[in-house]
Amino acid sequence: MPILSIRNVSKLFGPNAAQGVKLLDQGYNKQKLAKEKQITVGVNQVNMDIEEGEIFVIMGLSGSGKSTLVRMFNRLIEPTAGQILINDKDIMKMNAEQLREVRRKTISMVFQKFALFPHRTVAENVEFGLEVQKVDKSKRQEKAQQSLELVGLKGWENKMPDELSGGMQQRVGLARALANDPEVLLMDEAFSALDPLIRRDMQDELLDLQEKMKKTIIFITHDLDEALRIGDRIALMRDGEVVQIGTPEEILIQPANGYVERFVEDVDLSKVLTASHVMRRPETITPDRGPRVALELMRERGVSNLFVIDRSKKLLGAITAEDASRAAKEKLSIEEILIPDCPVSPPDRLIGEMFEQSSTSPIPISVVDENHRLLGVVVRGSLLGAMAGEVENEGGHVNEQQLDIG
Amino acid sequence: MSNNLISAEMPKLPIADWIDTAVDWMSINLEGLFDGIATVIKSVVDLFTTVFMFPHPIVFMILLAVIAYFAGKWKLSLFTLLGFLLIWNLGYWDATMSTLALVLTSGLISIVIGIPIGIWCAKSKTASSIITPLLDFMQTMPAFVYLLPAVTFFSLGVVPGVIASIIFAIPPTIRLTNLGIKQVSGELVEAADAFGSTGAQKLFKVQLPLAMPTILAGINQTVMLSLSMVVIASMIGAQGIGVEVYRAVTQLQIGQGFEAGLAVVVLAIVLDRLSQNIFKPTQKRGKA
Repeated sequence: MPILSIRNVSKLFGPNAAQGVKLLDQGYNKQKLAKEKQITVGVNQVNMDIEEGEIFVIMGLSGSGKSTLVRMFNRLIEPTAGQILINDKDIMKMNAEQLREVRRKTISMVFQKFALFPHRTVAENVEFGLEVQKVDKSKRQEKAQQSLELVGLKGWENKMPDELSGGMQQRVGLARALANDPEVLLMDEAFSALDPLIRRDMQDELLDLQEKMKKTIIFITHDLDEALRIGDRIALMRDGEVVQIGTPEEILIQPANGYVERFVEDVDLSKVLTASHVMRRPETITPDRGPRVALELMRERGVSNLFVIDRSKKLLGAITAEDASRAAKEKLSIEEILIPDCPVSPPDRLIGEMFEQSSTSPIPISVVDENHRLLGVVVRGSLLGAMAGEVENEGGHVNEQQLDIG
Repeated sequence: MSNNLISAEMPKLPIADWIDTAVDWMSINLEGLFDGIATVIKSVVDLFTTVFMFPHPIVFMILLAVIAYFAGKWKLSLFTLLGFLLIWNLGYWDATMSTLALVLTSGLISIVIGIPIGIWCAKSKTASSIITPLLDFMQTMPAFVYLLPAVTFFSLGVVPGVIASIIFAIPPTIRLTNLGIKQVSGELVEAADAFGSTGAQKLFKVQLPLAMPTILAGINQTVMLSLSMVVIASMIGAQGIGVEVYRAVTQLQIGQGFEAGLAVVVLAIVLDRLSQNIFKPTQKRGKA
């Protein structure tokens, strides 16, 4: 069961907004509605299910309705129509007190411009959510302390917000949201006001925190790189409608329409795609074979080197064609010509970080898992190809049978 | 000529008659209410006057100088001491203390009434749209006009003076409370809502503390306006330094008028600086 279900949620602005919903059903389009009834459509019949523990990114340019949409999740903005189910309870049917309860315990929010209370110390800011719940002072101080430690701001409790840098202020914002121990965290362009380097750090830290906390995070951004970096799933919005929902790979590789395609065409793929996306099936051999077999294999496959693995597919090293022919003449074994320290990479390394490694080594980079088992290889050509947008989506899982060659 | 034309063609609106009728009706039917108000105001003024007159002038001056020092400035402290010495020397001590009592009474009542009305205006569009023109009216209507109904309801003396000062001096507190609350950034209000604050929590934990500098500016204005009105109110029998000014003016005694005027100036400057600064140290303490 999804933790948050959004069903046909719309937000219209203007006089008789409720009537506008019916007119849209009757086939009025937005332009006609704006012209004849002065009704603007902010969010139009959005459906999405957000699963527990995922980072769900809602992404779109400014004016696409993403901030309006996310504010309807805790009814900071009242939806015109639709259902919002949190843990299967319709938030639209709640009275003021029930809604406050949800805001206090279930959904917390982090704001773009931090929205820290300037007249309260860092600690008092973090305590705010507990204070309005009338949690007693010693308990809320303890929780605020834990929350500040979590975001790395221990020792800053008694500073005022304006004494902190932007990045630190947003950590306070995050700590304030976490102090309530909410199930869902709404982050509205939380890192957009930070400069790029700090933003990157904050993204990494959020991912680290998420490893520990496993919260459900709904993250709004207009920055595609950010969405691709942190999102488990991404909903792309345009003009108040959801254009596509999918994993970052799906959005990049199978764009739903021309809009998504144009949107992602400028993506710096080197910062998105990882070794596992571009790796190819490796040509391998086991060390008990002779150099002649290796040479034959290389000729057959048209490659100039082979990866040597043991029976459990653990990578032992690589051999080159040159060494193999020398070994054939001098009757050496494969183990004697093995190059054990060939370049390796984990599968989740960004391809942007592999160029240097790739250019300084004559042997392709082998992609290995944490047990040093060979998953695939990345040749220079596929790095360049990936940058140009050609991704053959075969690399994801390596065919077991083919791995056993030799 | 055009005036004649109008009066020839249509009757003049009897606004003056209406007002007079309303005032008459109120003075008869609401007598009990007015008596109650009068008693309260009278006792507050008496209390302040007694307190200010109780210590020896020198003791009181030193006390004020110490307060001025803690309000942040030794210069202000020195000025307060010298200024009040001058007043004492000129022989206006008792009159000045009466005026101070009147100003503080009307200032205090203005704040107690004005801040809640200002909050109400900030929260309700309807309230704001009714009260704002009323405030415009109160501020632009010549101040002397308030004196007359005040006399009708409360007869001559201190009480109508205080009432007239309140009417004249309350608008800045209301306006600036309203403005201060509205100026609190929408994002902060949203944050307060997003964490599940009730309306009162939002007001007392976020909006009022952040609006405080603006509200204090309003209070400062109110205090200054009530001082200026209290001087005028001596025309209807309010005690204090205004009486001296008024007498000097009617008797064309230029020198004496100047002396009394000087006492008002000293009082005005001290009240202004004190009311500007007195709350700032507490704010800093909140920040540390």
